[in-house]
Amino acid sequence: MKPKYLKPFVFLACLVPLGRLGWKALNAGLGANPIQVITWSTGTWTLVFLMVTLSITPVRKLTRQYWLIQFRRMFGLFAFFYVCLHFTTYIWLDQFFDWHSMMKDIAKRPFITVGFTAFVLLIPLALTSTQASIRRLGKRWQMIHRLIYLTAVLGVIHYIWLVKADIRKPVIYAMILSLLLAYRIVVWAWARFAAPSTAQAASIGRRSIPAD
Amino acid sequence: MLIKKPADIPAAEITPKHLYLNRRNFLLGAGAIAGAALAGSKIGQIVAPSSTVLAGTKLEASPSSFSTTEKQTPFNDITHYNNYYEFSTDKYEPADLAKNFNTRPWTIKVEGLVNKPKTFDIDTLLKMHLEDRIYRMRCVEGWSMVIPWVGFPLSSLLSQVEPNSKAKFVEFTTLYDPKRYPGQQRNVLEWPYVEGLRMDEAMHPLTILAVGLYGETLPNQDGAPIRLVVPWKYGFKGIKAIVKIKLVEHQPTSTWTKAAPNEYGFYSNVNPNVDHPRWSQAKERRIGEFLKRPTLMFNGYGDQVASLYAGMDLKKNF
Repeated sequence: MKPKYLKPFVFLACLVPLGRLGWKALNAGLGANPIQVITWSTGTWTLVFLMVTLSITPVRKLTRQYWLIQFRRMFGLFAFFYVCLHFTTYIWLDQFFDWHSMMKDIAKRPFITVGFTAFVLLIPLALTSTQASIRRLGKRWQMIHRLIYLTAVLGVIHYIWLVKADIRKPVIYAMILSLLLAYRIVVWAWARFAAPSTAQAASIGRRSIPAD
Repeated sequence: MLIKKPADIPAAEITPKHLYLNRRNFLLGAGAIAGAALAGSKIGQIVAPSSTVLAGTKLEASPSSFSTTEKQTPFNDITHYNNYYEFSTDKYEPADLAKNFNTRPWTIKVEGLVNKPKTFDIDTLLKMHLEDRIYRMRCVEGWSMVIPWVGFPLSSLLSQVEPNSKAKFVEFTTLYDPKRYPGQQRNVLEWPYVEGLRMDEAMHPLTILAVGLYGETLPNQDGAPIRLVVPWKYGFKGIKAIVKIKLVEHQPTSTWTKAAPNEYGFYSNVNPNVDHPRWSQAKERRIGEFLKRPTLMFNGYGDQVASLYAGMDLKKNF
């Protein structure tokens, strides 16, 4: 099903956005306001990787390509990687370590407050992404990692709140996220109310869920 | 003893303009050729930017004591980083989208509470006494430039139509033509774009109608053929491609005020102490500089304009 070199290939592909940014930076291709371009690009790719991470479960179940689960952690960690770059751009290139101004930003600017919260909520997920953590934490692991839903919602709100008037792009992310979350709600509702035996439905992890 | 330092020689006087404006294209072109040779492909077409059409006509202008001596923002940045929502909400797009925007014929109707309403042809206005005005421009988004405009005081146009005593405000309107303005096909703002000034602001000698940039006629993406420049206010007050100027009794509602009344006020004077509700206005990034610099009250034009707002609460009248 899965070619041997797929994983390293996907890993490298996830680095393409960073490579592209670096190439542009070295070739004066970032335009009049390079710091803003870097901020926007790393922020956008964080959102993309969050959405891709959240798509793994629906896609693997709907298409029965269960092996896709191997990529979920990688995509999640790339979301964290890009948000780290995004946050570093903010504190270093944008604010240049003006802690006072950043504290004020985080406290006073709603879009920065939610963006910062979304970032902080991803930290425990990245820290507990190892195989050992999954084993050690058991059922609590899943509870902790459900924080990604909150991070994704806050991330999209962060985007919507920062644009001046044209909300087309953030709305696209909001729609994709709504779809991904709606899938979870349907699955949950199905297991809870419609399935012949709730206990059975809950226990069969790889049970395929009707698409409607 | 006074040793007088000679004025810095502007780059424009050393290198012919068409060469220094195209230096990036030259480098990119050289790189593209090398790249294409290496890859044997059409890389050149992918990496080389669309060539800038410089339809600029040289303008005769005299210097002005209102000009700043600060380092001017490169022509390429002023023409490739534009908030011009009639073309696109993406600042990098108007340069390309405005390429074929036709600014002839073009007239500006000046009407309302005036004794002599008149319609001016743009080519008549280009023959007015023009001045170089090198101004700071502070965008409400937190970045700034130093722009060498060419233009004339708005007051010299208004005096020709003789505003009457009832006229308290001036209302400006941009062209409305969704066929030529792709951005006007969507209601991201209420079209056409409208801006306003109080009469004393409009008559202030710093307030100009700009018809040129870097000594030539305005590039389309910067508001050709004629735009407003009010250097102590946020950039969006500088309405572009003006077709109508109306003298009115009541305060006009600006387009951005309509879009978000709590974020963009009528005055919109540059003020580091009054933050935008969503971001700080204390600092700005001058395009081309790495570190942010503090934003100055009235964008550094306080000596000339602070008296216009004496006794006003600028937190309320933002």
